[in-house]
This record gives sequence, C-alpha cells and structure tokens, in this order.
Amino acid sequence: MLHFLLTVIRRDLLLAARRKGDWLTSQFFFIMVVSMFPLGIGPEPEMLRRVAPGVMWVAALLASLLSLSRLFAEDYRDGSLEQMLLSPEPPVLLALGKALAHWLIYGIPLLLIAPVLGLQFGLPADVIGVLMLSLLIGTPVLSLLGGVGAALTLGLRGGGVLLTLLILPLYVPALIFGAGAVDSALAGLGPEANLSLLAAFAVLTLMVAPWVAASALKISIE
Amino acid sequence: MAFSIYKYASPMTFYGLAGKLIPWFAWGAGILTVLGLYIAFFMAPTDFQQGEAYRVIFIHVPAAWMSMFIYIIMAFWSAVGLAWNTRLSFMMSRALAPTGAVFAFLSLWTGALWGKPMWGAWWVWDARLTSSLILFFLYVGIMALWSAIDDRRRSDRAGALLILVGAINVPIIYFSVKWWNTLHQGASVSLMKSPSMASIMLIGMLVLAIAAWFYAIATALTRVRGIILERERQTEWVKELLEKI
Repeated sequence: MLHFLLTVIRRDLLLAARRKGDWLTSQFFFIMVVSMFPLGIGPEPEMLRRVAPGVMWVAALLASLLSLSRLFAEDYRDGSLEQMLLSPEPPVLLALGKALAHWLIYGIPLLLIAPVLGLQFGLPADVIGVLMLSLLIGTPVLSLLGGVGAALTLGLRGGGVLLTLLILPLYVPALIFGAGAVDSALAGLGPEANLSLLAAFAVLTLMVAPWVAASALKISIE
Repeated sequence: MAFSIYKYASPMTFYGLAGKLIPWFAWGAGILTVLGLYIAFFMAPTDFQQGEAYRVIFIHVPAAWMSMFIYIIMAFWSAVGLAWNTRLSFMMSRALAPTGAVFAFLSLWTGALWGKPMWGAWWVWDARLTSSLILFFLYVGIMALWSAIDDRRRSDRAGALLILVGAINVPIIYFSVKWWNTLHQGASVSLMKSPSMASIMLIGMLVLAIAAWFYAIATALTRVRGIILERERQTEWVKELLEKI
C-alpha cells in the first residue's frame, strides 16, 4: 500500500520535472499577484506590513487553485486515471498521493518564495518565520481540499472557474487561521493559538478529504 | 393494508402526494404571512432602543433560520441519496437549493437594511453576516456544479458530495469567522442585545417563521414535481398524465 502511494507521488514528481513550464507558471503567478498589491494600494511601508499576511495568503489560495484544475486532468485525458482506479489498490491512496504530490510540487515552492516577498512588504525576520510555518501547515490543506474540487469538476467545461467557486468558501478557515497567525505575530501576540487551530484543521482535512476525493473520482469516471 | 411511508419514495406516488399537499402549504404560507405581518406592523410595540427599524427582524430572522435549516435538510437528503441510491432524494435536495439560496440572499439583504440605521453602515464584517455570506457562496457553488454537469447521475452525486463536505465545513467556518471577528474588531454589536423580547414580538416572529417554512415546503414541492416530470418523461405514467392535460 505504501509502495503504491510512493509510486503515485514519484510519478507526479517526475511528470512535473519533465514539464517545467507548468510548474513555473504557478510560482510566477503567486509572485505577480503579491507584487500587484503595492502598486494598487500605495508604497507606505506601515500599510504594506499590515496587509502583507492577508495578501500573501489570498495569493497562495489562488495560486494553488490555479494549479489544482490540472491535478487529475492530464491523467483523465490519456486514460491513465481510469487504469489506476481499476487497479486493486484503494482509490483513497491515489487521491492522497495526488494531493501530497501537488503539495510537494506547488506548496513547498510557495513556502520558499514567501520570505522574499515578505521582505518586499517589510516584514520583520521573526514574522517571516511564522509566515513560513503557517504556510507549511496550511498548504497541505489547500492541496487536500482542492483535490476534492478537482475530482468533482473533472473534465467539465469551465472547470477552472467552477473549481474556484466551489472550493474558495471551504478554504475560509485555513485563510483565517493562517493569516491570523502571521497577524498576531506582527501585533506581538503569540501565533501559537492560530497555528494550533490551523494544524487541527489540517489534521481533520487529512482524515476526511482523501476519502471524499476518492468517491468524487469514482463518480466522475463512471 | 399497512400504511407504508416507503411507498412515497417512488417518484410516481410522490408526484401525486406533492400535488395534494402543495395547496395546503401554499395557502398556509399566505394566511400566516398576512397574520404575521399584521402582528409585526400593528400589534408589536415600538422598540425603545431601536425605534421602528427593528421591525426588519420579523423578516430577517425567519429568513436566516430557513437559509441554515434548508442546508441541513439538503445535506440529509444528499446523505440518504448517496447511501441508498434513491432517485427522489437527489430530486428533493435539488428542489430545495434555490429556495435556500433565496432565503440566504434575503437574510443578507434585510441584514444590510437593518444594519444601516442600527450600526450606521450597510455592511459590517460581523461574524453572523460573514458566515451567512459564505453560506450563500456555498449555495451558489452547489447550483453552479449541478448546472455544469450534463450527465444526470454524475451531477446528482457530485452535488450531494459537495453538499456533505460543506455541511462538515460550515460549523468550522462559523467558529473561525467568529474568532477572526473578535480578534480584529473586539466584540461587535450583538443582534440579540435585549435580553427579553416582548412576547408579542416573539409570537409575530414565530408566526412568520412558520410561514417561511410553509413557503419553503410549497416551493420545494412544486419544483420537485417539475423535476419528476422532466426526469420520468420516458415512463408510461407521465405520458398518460400529459395526455390528460
């Protein structure tokens, strides 16, 4: 079982490594969206520092949704998704592996880009650490919940926009706790409470989302 | 012959039953609305703090209740449909969604109308307002998913799954929004500040809440009849029925 999970993850990593264009698009989307905000609201460092946590987190949500619409699409088109679902391995592991691979490919780079963008917004070093920690705990939630949406909207016309419409409201707790942790670190309060709640939400998502995504895949394929 | 409620799980028998029930609920909703509005506008006293503007409560609270309650009923029918694969359950949740969305929108709108005189702003990022807004988004997302999928079986089941995920998430969203709100703005104005409402106000509100129930049932049954006819159009009984008209 573990072998199957690792195979799914390795396969997606390999595919992403061979097609770097897709991968880079999503990362640059994140950088560009965040960089648009100072142009829109003005360069006052005090205000930028205040909006930074929210801007960063909303941009992360959008960037992950952008890449999620392709999560199962390629495999669906060439038929390999159907073959994987027909295999005796449990579909839950397929959904979990896909989501984890998405997190490794798209979530981890956001984590590494975020400090640079944090410096642009004038965040102090310790707050940048909290930002990275909140993204580390929060981005798996985005991949796991998004996997449900990607499975539900598989092969539909206008799938990308539809996915956003379905999943964005479900991301609200992650956004609130994630940005809230950075906010409270900025305000000099401890971020522990928000981070704990974010971690609790992540654990709950990990327990529920792969099963839902697996049954959504079965519904979409049949 | 023993009476069996399962008989009505068949779209054909339910079509007839719904047809018989609709006039009762529709008239009930009409009469109770008139009665409730009479209590609300002529019998209920003016609130000493909020003046006449508080009368929005008579529409606002029933609408907000119904928007949440209909979502729970939809989740119930979705779970039943996914578990036992009953056709009628999916039709019921589909028929309820537009009514739920209308009530959610109504509660937001009346909330804004109430907020203006009370808080001096059309919109406050209050925990309840924000979570009602997100509930409204969920309704919109569900209906968008339904309309995007042409295959009926897939669209029913995908929608049901999304409704259930939403049902797990709604309480989490509510508490996260509440917590976010207290962190950012301090405790905001509570809608239910007066500890004891005048009993005539409460009666008026309850009458209108029941009217909203009846209205929701009547519209959902009407809609489900349409859905049944559309989906069962290849069957004999629908053909016979249509020939009679």
